[in-house]
Amino acid sequence: MAGGGYGDVANSLPGGRAGVGDHEHRMRLEGVRKQVIETGRNRLLVIGALFGFGFLVIAGRLADVTIFKQGNEPRLAQAVPVSTWKAERADIVDRNGVLLATSLATASLYANPRHILDAGEAARQLTRLLPELNPAEVRSKLTSNRGFVWLRRHLTPRQQYAVNRLGIPGLYFQREERQVYPHGRLLSHVLGFVGVDNRGLAGVEKSFDETLRQSISALQLSLDVRLQHIMRQELAAAMATFGAIGAAGIMLDVRSGEVLAMVSLPDFDPNNPAAGPVEDTFNRNTHGVYEMGSTFKIFTTAMALDTGTATLNSGYDATKPIRISRFVITDYKPKKRWLSVPEIFVYSSNIGAVKMALDVGTANQKAYLARLGLLRPAAIELPEVGAPIVPSPWGKVHTMTIAFGHGIAVSPVQLVSAVAAIVNGGIMRPATLIRRGPGERDPGVRVISARTSERMRRLLRQVVVQGTGRKAAVNGYMVGGKTGTSEKVGARGYRRKALLSSFVGVFPMDDPRYVVFALLDEPRGTTQTFGYATGGWVAAPIVGRTIARAAPLLGVAPVDETAPQIRRKMYVRINSRDPRVASY
Amino acid sequence: MIGFARTDNSVLSRWWWTVDRWTLAALVTLICFGLMLTLAASPAVAERLGLESLHFVRRQLAFLGPALATIVAVSLLSPRDVRRLGTIVFAVALVLMALTLVAGTEINGAKRWLDILGLSLQPSEILKPGFVVLAAWMISAGRLHGNFPGYLIIAALYLLVMALLLMQPDMGMAGVISVVLFAQFFLAGPPLLWVGLVIVLGLMALVGAYYAFPHVASRVDSFLDPSAGDSYQVNTALEAFMNGGVLGRGPGEGTIKEILPDAHSDFIFAVAGEELGLFACLVIVALFAFVVLRGFSRMLQENNLFVLLAVTGLLVQFGLQTAIHMATTLKLMPTKGMTLPLISYGGSSLFGIALAMGMVLALTRRRVGPRGV
Repeated sequence: MAGGGYGDVANSLPGGRAGVGDHEHRMRLEGVRKQVIETGRNRLLVIGALFGFGFLVIAGRLADVTIFKQGNEPRLAQAVPVSTWKAERADIVDRNGVLLATSLATASLYANPRHILDAGEAARQLTRLLPELNPAEVRSKLTSNRGFVWLRRHLTPRQQYAVNRLGIPGLYFQREERQVYPHGRLLSHVLGFVGVDNRGLAGVEKSFDETLRQSISALQLSLDVRLQHIMRQELAAAMATFGAIGAAGIMLDVRSGEVLAMVSLPDFDPNNPAAGPVEDTFNRNTHGVYEMGSTFKIFTTAMALDTGTATLNSGYDATKPIRISRFVITDYKPKKRWLSVPEIFVYSSNIGAVKMALDVGTANQKAYLARLGLLRPAAIELPEVGAPIVPSPWGKVHTMTIAFGHGIAVSPVQLVSAVAAIVNGGIMRPATLIRRGPGERDPGVRVISARTSERMRRLLRQVVVQGTGRKAAVNGYMVGGKTGTSEKVGARGYRRKALLSSFVGVFPMDDPRYVVFALLDEPRGTTQTFGYATGGWVAAPIVGRTIARAAPLLGVAPVDETAPQIRRKMYVRINSRDPRVASY
Repeated sequence: MIGFARTDNSVLSRWWWTVDRWTLAALVTLICFGLMLTLAASPAVAERLGLESLHFVRRQLAFLGPALATIVAVSLLSPRDVRRLGTIVFAVALVLMALTLVAGTEINGAKRWLDILGLSLQPSEILKPGFVVLAAWMISAGRLHGNFPGYLIIAALYLLVMALLLMQPDMGMAGVISVVLFAQFFLAGPPLLWVGLVIVLGLMALVGAYYAFPHVASRVDSFLDPSAGDSYQVNTALEAFMNGGVLGRGPGEGTIKEILPDAHSDFIFAVAGEELGLFACLVIVALFAFVVLRGFSRMLQENNLFVLLAVTGLLVQFGLQTAIHMATTLKLMPTKGMTLPLISYGGSSLFGIALAMGMVLALTRRRVGPRGV
């Protein structure tokens, strides 16, 4: 063994002894060598088998990958099933499924300043591409010693492409989602908006924030974008015509309490809520509370009829103004004579209303208004809800002023819900922004008798037929309603020239379906209105035009208003002692 | 074809008639595949690195001549010369490896390379065949000559090499050398209880590596749970295979290779998959398997323990690197950067493998009797 020669091998052999002959030594050595080689060869078979198996597995996997394309994580383009994709926020749709708010994936640009090679050049190129960025600020961000700086959130795909094209190392994109409101300003106050972290900050986005974040299915509102659009257009036109500083409008289904349209002007773009003045995010319909004026005579008359202190045949003397403490209550257009209850309502007599309310009494008045939901904040699904301003203590003088809608301030949505209860047969349901299916209707609470409700419908119809609300009439749709005009409270009492002019309309009056409310804040009279800016002149036409456009969409069939059976249904015996007033 | 008369007794003629020509042919075929794939895979990588596109091709071509010459020259040696060569190579490479720790070039966080005369050398690649041959010598001597401390010597050298590799760090190389040494140890015929003990120790070392080296942990994690880590590279490799399909896109027609990192080295098999398709890949696998298994089968008639251990060790090293490379690109195991012998770009790796294969050819030449060692 050429490689051997390291001592006496025999010593290590089992049973080996020193002093054996050289030949025997060699023979033993040869035996051990043979035995070891034999073991080695046998074990080599194991290694060979392992390798053979390994190569077979590799060959199998090759076939697997190339023929059946079974990579663990296929990265070749493959459609992601839609059902498993969940946006950060669920969509919001209107009652017909029209998309009102949705999440879009966007890319947001950030940088790792430590990877930026030339911050000055990078800042120059970026600000050329994205002019809204401040060059000095970008530069200081890119030279900072941080590992992460936001540069611009929510790039458009085109901007992302352009930034990518710059090829600046150290710039990265973060996939984000952005809330998008395809209708822009149309539903601004109802929808609200979200912050940069996609949390709802106002409107339905805020009140349903958790639901929207967890739900996969869309949130369906009670609104109808078509009606919303009509309402907004009419309000905006009137606001411009009369130079008003604001306007509000609501359309409500009297049977379910569903809000079909809710417009507050001025409004804002929820896609960019910070762009306009913060006052524009104020929702006049739910957050604003106003002294509504004569529309409150609906409630005064209804409670008088319901308690039985007055009937359609009774009446009150309205010859003289009422003096109480330092107030003098007069009529806007004094008739200076005895007026029947229908006359008081139709001509909107303050004196008559006060006398009716005094007969009903303070406690009854308070109880009725409470049941009509006028003394507590509206239960609508918005975070922006104003608390009504209610007198405390509630004395006789308050009973008198509240009779014609002063000394109490409520939000338009409260007023509209209460009117709906008066005309729908006497059932109060809170207004809701969520679509209610036929089986999901709030059973509601009875507030007045069906008989009182039926009589109130006749009275409301007469206001439009021959009273202060004639400009709301739409031939065929049996519009009824009540005007309301109040002077806004200024630093020194009521301001004669700063009016809140409103009209609350109902149609069709023989079987009421919808309440339509319009309010103008500080309208100014025009030559067409002979300088008048009262509810009958400025707000009633808005309601009329809105109904004329909306009724066909709502599927309300027009009727022949002059037909005898219709006239009989709406008949009110005026019972005037003035021979000039004909009975209608 | 070179013609040698069977009676010609010159060195070359004797070589021609005794060398394993089938294995030689397989090796040459693999080198040709390698050249073609380097031509396909490396331009994209070169351009990414800001080099001219044929940079790697040119260099690989330049390495090929010396590599082929090395195979042939080393295969001319006798087993005893192989043993001497292995020892010298090991000694020199060990010194160079120690040098890398002080004067090495750091690439991707590891100090494995030494710049010598403008050539970047990875001494551990050269060390491998030397160590295998030395280990075969020490183990066979220790086994056959009872009072020779072969096991102790090789154990000490093994620990020294491991220490140097873990300091670089180079886990893959350490793993390969450990497995090769284990295979040699296993063949030398110790009781199976010892073998089991060593396997347990090895598993403990693997678990230890998982906890001691964050990059090992992250690779294992991302293999076990694709969402845990960055598996971009291996997924791109799979995509390349899928894009290639059964027949491949055709040489030079690959597209995914353009975005595949390390396409010219640690992931070249994926380029083969994309351009040449399933059948060519199977041919490549078969060639590698042929070299390994044919070597083993020749060893079944071998009567010399040193030769048996050396050839098996060298072939295990060759086959293991091949299997790891292929399994990594096919996502059969966690990503372990390993070149595909004879095919991947890389001078040191090519030269190391050429040395090893030259030794295999030398040791498997037909000899009469347990001659020479």
